[in-house]
Amino acid sequence: MFDAIRDLYQEVIFDHNRNPRNFRVLANPDRTVEGFNPLCGDRLTLFLKLHNNTIIDASFQGSGCAISTASVSLMTEVIKGKTANEAEQLFQQFHAMTTSKEADSDLAAIGKLAVLAGVREYPARVKCATLAWHTLDAALKNKRQSISTE
Amino acid sequence: MSTFPVAKIRADFPILKEKIANQPLVYLDNAATCQKPQAVIDSMSHLYSHDYANVHRGVHTLSVRATERYNGAREKVKNFINAASSKEIIFVKGTTEAINLIAQTFGRVNIKAGDEILISAMEHHSNIVPWQLLCKANGALLKVAPINLQGELIVAEFERLISAKTKLIAVAHMSNALGTINPVTEIIALAKAHRIAVLLDGAQAAPHMPVDVQALDCDFYAFSGHKLYAPSGIGVLYGKQARLEAMPPYQGGGDMISKVTFAATEYSGLPYKFEAGTPNIAAVVGLGAAIDYLTALGMDNIAAYEAQLLRYATQKAQAIDGLKIIGEANNKGAILSFIIAKIHPHDIGTLLDSLGVAIRAGHHCAMPVMDFFAVPATARASFAIYNTQAEIDVLIKGIEQLIEVFDV
Repeated sequence: MFDAIRDLYQEVIFDHNRNPRNFRVLANPDRTVEGFNPLCGDRLTLFLKLHNNTIIDASFQGSGCAISTASVSLMTEVIKGKTANEAEQLFQQFHAMTTSKEADSDLAAIGKLAVLAGVREYPARVKCATLAWHTLDAALKNKRQSISTE
Repeated sequence: MSTFPVAKIRADFPILKEKIANQPLVYLDNAATCQKPQAVIDSMSHLYSHDYANVHRGVHTLSVRATERYNGAREKVKNFINAASSKEIIFVKGTTEAINLIAQTFGRVNIKAGDEILISAMEHHSNIVPWQLLCKANGALLKVAPINLQGELIVAEFERLISAKTKLIAVAHMSNALGTINPVTEIIALAKAHRIAVLLDGAQAAPHMPVDVQALDCDFYAFSGHKLYAPSGIGVLYGKQARLEAMPPYQGGGDMISKVTFAATEYSGLPYKFEAGTPNIAAVVGLGAAIDYLTALGMDNIAAYEAQLLRYATQKAQAIDGLKIIGEANNKGAILSFIIAKIHPHDIGTLLDSLGVAIRAGHHCAMPVMDFFAVPATARASFAIYNTQAEIDVLIKGIEQLIEVFDV
């Protein structure tokens, strides 16, 4: 079923949609930023705990499509233990992977996030995958309380 | 009903031969925009190939031909909605511009600080924001009549919100997000009793049911070409002649004047007073061709056929576990808005697209409706003259499969 679109909807995506990781409110977070995609109504709140510029815990709340839920779920897993700079680098790589057709060489570096590479073939859904990362970017730069994809 | 010539209609729409994801296209996003029959495409192509020049200008042959075709289309629109005169037919970009025109002309003159504009809770953003802009500029108040959980206007509440200060009632003839057909006869009777002007947003209704503006007795009626099998960028504002004559112009420029000096300018008569600048000539001609096409089919026949499609789709959808229909009005056009437990409408939209099925997923430019039903978005299948029961079967099977694959 849906063979034509399994490059986007891989089993990992369904798994994270069913059982999102780090789906909770973080007590005493150092950063709390809300991300919003007004086109589809996806809304998430990202919580970060930082120590010496390193992300020691990350969690989220909110509701969205399977792509955005899986993306933020995976993101909270991979950024734990990363420094802010390392996380920003991942954001750049993730952004390149989801928007550029020539980023295949970086797929190894990006690890399990590569499962979302298929989104680049679906321009209407790229923002679903990148909402989490734009929210993280805003949180790390500590500039705003909420961001919007539009 | 079995005589509705859907096979012939389908052959008239070249885009229906397109394959999407190697599957036959099942186009169910008609409330967003409708596809175009060959007759509409040909009418515009013929204009550009044989009859094109600017209208109302030159004495040369092509200008005369273009003007004849342009004016001919206005006459067709007049007959289509049974207006009393073609002077009452104003060409605009679409429903949105028509409503903004009313806000900026009728509104600025007749609606003052403390006055009220009454709309319903199911309006499209284009029948909310122009009034908010006007209210911000002149200190008027926007009142919103509530709907019930079936997505129907609560007429008693609507009536209670009418006051001596109400200067305009603006409601959708049919809701784009819910499919609800509003009790416009009742609404207009209430408005007349209080001498309040009424604007109907007919963007969804005009392509799918007979509209008679004289029988309705509304002051203004707005609709778009692109939802009526005609090009985008063209729409119609109908206004009663006396109302339009009392209104100031909308935009200034060529065509809308009879005499210009630096001291003073005299405006043209109707409808040109509201049509500054060179219009979208080819789109107007395309609209005329679309109206010919629909008129030949008969709007009553179209409404009956689409009602049959909606009944079939509703029955099938109701049988799906976990699917909830949003908008269950007794009087409904062929729009099926729905949600599925734990599956976001955008996932539904993308997965169905991979089967060749085009639906809309989102807030449908009606965010307050989404808030009322406490959903971020819905999936929406909307039907038109070229859709079939077989296509609804493809939709329903796709929904059943995606519920299975999501396994939530």
